[in-house]
Amino acid sequence: MENAHVAAVPHTHAHDEAHTFDRKAIWRTFRILLYITVFELILAITYYEIEFSNPHLVKHLLNGVFVILTLAKAFFIIAEFMHLRHEIRNLILSISIPALLFIWFITAFLWDGNSYKNLRNTYDKHYKEHATEKVEQKEPAKPGEKEEPGKLQ
Amino acid sequence: MAQVATANQGMWTGGKSPFKVEYGKLMMWYFLMSDAFTFGAFLISYGTIRFSTNSWPDPNHVFRSFPIVGEMHIPLAFVSLMTFILIMSSVTMVLAVGAGHEMNRKEVLKWLGWTILGGIAFLSCQAWEWTHLYHEGAWWGHNPFMNIDGTMSSTNFTNFFFTITGFHGFHVLSGVVINIIMFIMTYKGVFDRRGHYLMIEKAGLYWHFVDLVWVFVFTCFYLF
Repeated sequence: MENAHVAAVPHTHAHDEAHTFDRKAIWRTFRILLYITVFELILAITYYEIEFSNPHLVKHLLNGVFVILTLAKAFFIIAEFMHLRHEIRNLILSISIPALLFIWFITAFLWDGNSYKNLRNTYDKHYKEHATEKVEQKEPAKPGEKEEPGKLQ
Repeated sequence: MAQVATANQGMWTGGKSPFKVEYGKLMMWYFLMSDAFTFGAFLISYGTIRFSTNSWPDPNHVFRSFPIVGEMHIPLAFVSLMTFILIMSSVTMVLAVGAGHEMNRKEVLKWLGWTILGGIAFLSCQAWEWTHLYHEGAWWGHNPFMNIDGTMSSTNFTNFFFTITGFHGFHVLSGVVINIIMFIMTYKGVFDRRGHYLMIEKAGLYWHFVDLVWVFVFTCFYLF
């Protein structure tokens, strides 16, 4: 019975099914995700250990690397774990094309936030002064005198 | 497995199936799509506020503690453990789905069990992290951490942190509940009688999505 069914199923379909059980592929994806995460952590920790002459530029470059690695991880989770890579084209496109909205979404909003910062720094002297004033390290909370964080004053 | 395929095709009577997945799975994809935009809106608003602020607290300073050991010299160690747990539970979920394809009830139960344990472990880690931060004075509306450049910080950091990780944690919790329901249904042999384990696949999609969101939360809060 089972054999008859298998024979009736077209070859390509049988191939797709075989993909689902590919445990090697699953573990390979796991290893890739793990390596990427460990690499990200090494980068993050190294950045704080080393003194750079231009830390802002390095941090920006590092953030760019983090974005790329995060997108790579997202790709592997969606493609392999969620199996989207092995679905048919219609499904892949109807998921991925709406997701492209995120490109506009992220660009527009971050741009807006950055512009607001620049406007305030340029035109709101009081804000600029307040935001760049160094303060003393806040006292570490002591059990007795600590304000109750849960309660709003 | 071939029977699964024929059962699938039996549902569609309008000629060639446009997506070649069953209705429930397609709807799960669409739900996850909308959920992705919800999370996206949260994370992008966080990004917008962060871009509009001159400075921000240093994640390596904030997230430097580990249970029992206390303050470690390796920052982000605890959150790496949480990430590892979540990725690992995603793997066990795929193995459960794979076992479901083979109609192997025992294997499905085994891997689903590990996935549930992973989810609970992640939630416990998060509970510890929240409690620890709470005792340091961090909560909605309270931010004890200074900005990295030594200026006064606002409460935006803690507000966004607790809201977004809380929303994600709630997703993990519902994922665990869904997986427990799947576990009970599998144990009772519901899927064996039904002739397919497609329900496990849908639960799996949701679980992987939770993992996927964590990847972005991890980058946005702990690495940037």
